[in-house]
Amino acid sequence: MHLLTAIKLAAFRGERLVFKDLDFAVAPGAALLLRGANGAGKSSLLRTVAGLTPLAGGRLLWGDENALDDLPTHAKRIAWLGHLDAVKLALTAAETVPDPAALAALALSGYAALPARLLSAGQKRRLALARVVASAAPLWLLDEPTNGLDTASIALAEAVFARHLNGGGMIVASTHTPLNLPNAAILQL
Amino acid sequence: MKRLIVRELRLSLRHSADTAAALLFFVIAATLFPFALGPSPAVLATIAPGIVWVCALLAALLPLDRLFGADFEDGTLDLLLLSGLPAYGVGFAKAAAHWLTTGLPLLVMAGPLAVMLRMPARLVPMLVLSLLPGTLLLSLLGTLAAAITLGARRAAVLMPLITLPLMIPTLIFGTAAVTSPHPAAPLLMLAAMFCVALPLCPLGTGAALRVSGQ
Repeated sequence: MHLLTAIKLAAFRGERLVFKDLDFAVAPGAALLLRGANGAGKSSLLRTVAGLTPLAGGRLLWGDENALDDLPTHAKRIAWLGHLDAVKLALTAAETVPDPAALAALALSGYAALPARLLSAGQKRRLALARVVASAAPLWLLDEPTNGLDTASIALAEAVFARHLNGGGMIVASTHTPLNLPNAAILQL
Repeated sequence: MKRLIVRELRLSLRHSADTAAALLFFVIAATLFPFALGPSPAVLATIAPGIVWVCALLAALLPLDRLFGADFEDGTLDLLLLSGLPAYGVGFAKAAAHWLTTGLPLLVMAGPLAVMLRMPARLVPMLVLSLLPGTLLLSLLGTLAAAITLGARRAAVLMPLITLPLMIPTLIFGTAAVTSPHPAAPLLMLAAMFCVALPLCPLGTGAALRVSGQ
């Protein structure tokens, strides 16, 4: 049983048609890795699935209903990690992600009281990941989640991804580096 | 929604220099007039309501540039749109935060400034009363303009060009409320404009945010 189904998706980025006739499906507990050259439309696809960019064609289904009909409801199903960290430098890590368990999962517990401007680029990325972990959303949309992470942090990230998948969650992620996920399909753009 | 407003307030507290800048601009701009026009109480008293109103208007424009700009640049805007709030809810929360951090301090500061400009004491409460819907309208319209110009190259220039003409009716009725012998009519007019802007501006803001979020 697939929960997220895309049928002949197409989307514009500005004036350019970045992809068309794209079909894929993601079942609970499964991951979809997007691969392709720079500019192939990985980020655009993620934004389309999130409902940030309107569909130029095709349909996106959640179960058997149109996912994008009701955007606020669709937004509640999604945890979003963009290519920017969206971390406010003036807020502390604990204010950005109020869930101590999520901070601990990404080894950030020791930095909880620090304002984000004192964190390194990799730590900010982990903080952004912790926000995804803290959300209860079933579908994680991750744009280059391991950008700027060192090997140890990538292992941490893979561990939380695997736990989310094992709990019946879904992940759609774009990535250049190899990402070791259980039950992952690859979509070449 | 409440979480978003609290977060905005906390952020503006952390960036307190930015928040105070609008207020200081208000005080300094209004202080310049007695220097330029001379300290004659008769002259100052007649133009004081106008000065306070125009300076409050200009001061409230200052923080609009960063209202969505900062969120747009660091990716937070995507998160706001995906927060589960409808886009107009985000617009409303931002307008509320702008009023609490800019409009309310201006309102508090307007009384002392008016006294400094030798405005008759009996008119000061009326000035503050007229500025209440005035600053609320400015926050709503300003948030709308900030969302519309988001991502434009010269947003900082475009925004006043959009906001200020829209604020002209508010300015006319606001100063009329202070100077006219029958203040009820202009005040009711201001209240009516606020009632129209309250639902419409967040809707427009939300639509503009969705477009710039693409």
